[in-house]
Amino acid sequence: MTTTEDRPATEIGNPRLRKEDARLITGRTRWTDNIVLPGMQHIAMVRSPFAHARITSIDTEAARAATGVVAVITGADIADEQGALPNAWAVVSDQQAPVHPSMAVDHVAFAGEIVAMVIARTAAEANDAAELVDVDYEELAPALELRAAARDEVIAHPDLGTNVSAVWAYDSAESGTGGDVEAAIAAARNGGIVIEKEIRQQRLIPAFMEPRAIVVDPTTEQMTVWSSTQVPHFVRIFIALVLGIPESKIRVIAPDVGGGFGGKLQFTPEEVLTVIAARRTGKPCKYCETRSESLMAAHHGRDQWQQVTLAATADGTVTGLKVELTVDMGAYLGLVTSAIPLLGAFMYNGIYKFPSYHLGITNVFTNKTWTDAYRGAGRPEATYAIERVMDELAARVGVDPLEIRERNWIKHEEFPFSTVSGLQYDSGNYEAATAKARELFGYDDLRKEQAERRESGDPVQLGIGISTYTEMCGLAPSRWLGSMGYVGGGWEHAAVRMLPTGKVEVVTGTSPHGQGHETAWSQLVADRLGVAFEDVEVLHGDTQVAVRGLDTYGSRSLAVGGMAVLAAADKVIEKAKPIAAQLLEANTDDLDFSAGRYGVRGTDAGMTLAELAFAVFQGHKLDGSAEGCLDADATLDPDDFSFPHGTHLCAVEVDTETGETKIRSYVSVDDVGVVVNPLIVEGQVHGGLAQGIAQALYEEAVHDDSGTLITGSFDQYLLPGAPDLPRFETARTETPATTNQLGVKGVGEAGTIASTPAVVNAIVDALRPLGVTDVVMPCTPYRVWKAIQEGAQS
Amino acid sequence: MTRITVKVDGSSFTDEVEPRTLLVHYLREQLGKTGTVVGCDTGNCGSCTVHLDGRSVKSCSLLAVQADGHEVTTIEGLSTNGQLHPMQQAFHEHHALQCGYCTPGMIMQSIDLIADNPDPSDEDVRLGLEGNLCRCTGYQNIVKAVQAAAAAGGAQ
Repeated sequence: MTTTEDRPATEIGNPRLRKEDARLITGRTRWTDNIVLPGMQHIAMVRSPFAHARITSIDTEAARAATGVVAVITGADIADEQGALPNAWAVVSDQQAPVHPSMAVDHVAFAGEIVAMVIARTAAEANDAAELVDVDYEELAPALELRAAARDEVIAHPDLGTNVSAVWAYDSAESGTGGDVEAAIAAARNGGIVIEKEIRQQRLIPAFMEPRAIVVDPTTEQMTVWSSTQVPHFVRIFIALVLGIPESKIRVIAPDVGGGFGGKLQFTPEEVLTVIAARRTGKPCKYCETRSESLMAAHHGRDQWQQVTLAATADGTVTGLKVELTVDMGAYLGLVTSAIPLLGAFMYNGIYKFPSYHLGITNVFTNKTWTDAYRGAGRPEATYAIERVMDELAARVGVDPLEIRERNWIKHEEFPFSTVSGLQYDSGNYEAATAKARELFGYDDLRKEQAERRESGDPVQLGIGISTYTEMCGLAPSRWLGSMGYVGGGWEHAAVRMLPTGKVEVVTGTSPHGQGHETAWSQLVADRLGVAFEDVEVLHGDTQVAVRGLDTYGSRSLAVGGMAVLAAADKVIEKAKPIAAQLLEANTDDLDFSAGRYGVRGTDAGMTLAELAFAVFQGHKLDGSAEGCLDADATLDPDDFSFPHGTHLCAVEVDTETGETKIRSYVSVDDVGVVVNPLIVEGQVHGGLAQGIAQALYEEAVHDDSGTLITGSFDQYLLPGAPDLPRFETARTETPATTNQLGVKGVGEAGTIASTPAVVNAIVDALRPLGVTDVVMPCTPYRVWKAIQEGAQS
Repeated sequence: MTRITVKVDGSSFTDEVEPRTLLVHYLREQLGKTGTVVGCDTGNCGSCTVHLDGRSVKSCSLLAVQADGHEVTTIEGLSTNGQLHPMQQAFHEHHALQCGYCTPGMIMQSIDLIADNPDPSDEDVRLGLEGNLCRCTGYQNIVKAVQAAAAAGGAQ
């Protein structure tokens, strides 16, 4: 056992190198696609090339006769067996939704929907035979353009009769959290300022690097399912509910998982179908999607139209905000498709304290890939809208955009603050984060340079973009989720086990896929129990090991799951106390726990947790008055969300002749509360920034007029490469959260939420003297150039 | 089927392969070299990067038969006697990976990069890694790691 002497004074804040790396940098990994089982068969999916069609016939004869083919299964074959895929969040009680089959039976609603599968001895044989499946379709008109779909011009699901899935609204006057926004707008039209803006949140693809893969082994009493998923616990429950298999007969394992970003927060058709294939053939089956399949059929994100109306007084004090969202569900409702706009609904007011607010949501079906969670899920859209509009307000008032924010933001002494959207922000210090960002950025010097370039008519103009954001994360208080229509809870579970040799096993219900929980949770437990970091082993992602859990998404893992780990560790310390008292022949009141050891106050006598664990293992000296076990479980339901915030500043150079944008510098100052591992936090911020910048500049899922995804490979869907991104300068302020015992907040989504408006604000800022007030995302050179031409004409 | 003989991570293998078999599938499925992974089907992502006779190649863009008579090094053959390659060590020390899926390819490409340019600038590294996509890190720590490995003499 490692001695505790060389343990640093505290593990909280220690930039530990990651435990996970050892296997990942040497190739000793267990990705789902690496799993090979005796007799394992391979699955190839046949997918619809049409966005909207009726299946008139499927001829499987040639495929069935091909070499190596074990079975060919169509939707009609499993119509009674496959059940329907779940939507776990009815945002309104009369939410409309089509039945969501894993395999289409007679109607396909998006290009990429599965219509048949081939099970064969090898993957090559399965793929070859899939080409031989002959499907006849009767093409139907697809509903593609979101706003036309909202008007029911073409119906995506004829049986449903409408494309509108749900209409939901929040109104501060009705909810008693503020005034009447219509009155505020009317007043502003009379001597104040009204900004009206239509914003397009383009469709994005999460594009995790590891394509999704599933292996199902049906050969033992308990079926084992390996899946490249963020949510193994969800998958287990839904296999049980959808296919009628007792939950106790299902073990789900998320082994090494190569990224998710919300894209693997799903219960998928492919999971259901691989289970069916294994169940029907009695043999292990594997399905691995290709990248083209992943881009086409794994759920997409964003895709909204936002109609924003901001009211303010003439001096730029905001008096109200009204937002109408039209949101593309795509063809079906996935796990939380319907709730993505809801997760942003309380964030449009951002860091500001204006008195009236109205938000309306219209969820709409189209014949496209279904949408669902993608990093930030609703909150990037909200932050983008308010931060873009605040810049427009600054331009109208004629003041610096930082100044307009300061006029309207919640001051640090005003926390806790009840917002106009009904949330309670526990803590924050926007002044501190902004001051730090301003200094690191060299704000005043850049403004000076900008003025000089404008003056000289430099063809390359400088723009400065600001994003002062907050977000609600750490999903989520179960009571809140229940009140909003979600069927599940938001608690998290952990166990801490003292092994006889002094090692510590930590079991977490979170399911990391790049976030470094093995390292960070080891730090939490080492710190709390006073054991060595190296002596802690973190287990996760296997429903037979981590029996209870609600997995990883929504920047919840540390703020909820990590706090459950601490609660379990605290219980271990409590359970050890009477045992220590017995063995030390002392009164429990005379015992102090410190640095991993119970000591008898005023003496040298004491026992370490490791010694107690061994004594408990032997049991020889226990008198039976206390349970002879130090292990503890804890379930923790958070009291509230956490609200990270920060200030991001972006400088861009825009070539006004070519429309090309280059990010010259990017400063992010984030306040994510107390930090356990600054190295991991910085990495999360970097990755978040990259994805947010990618929305601003590069990425868009594009369909053609027939509904075919034309950005169907990495040739066309432009993930930024290393030369496409700048060097980020990151820093932090630390305002502890008051809603959990360590003062931590979420960090996984912050960078993505904040960065998109910072970049677009910078581009617009560069071009404002040329008459440009907006550029549509992604701000490609052509779009920027076009905006300049239109600006010149206006 | 075609008979090929390939030296992979120091061991020699003779196998029958279908002529259409990609090198990456030969490595993963016939040799069990699952440290090398597949990330796309268009040669864009670079996750499958290995070395062929000491130079980086995307193993999804090469047929197994093209490796006949050649020497392949994968991520699994990099460390010697339990000692990490300086590039592996640098990726660890600079937190240049999160989910780790792109990492084997990224490390193999980075080694090739500093063999060409033992003192790369930030921009040199970024351009040299243009064919390797990472969705987690935003590349900044990867750039740092590559420069650190170069400074530590990783090109030798």
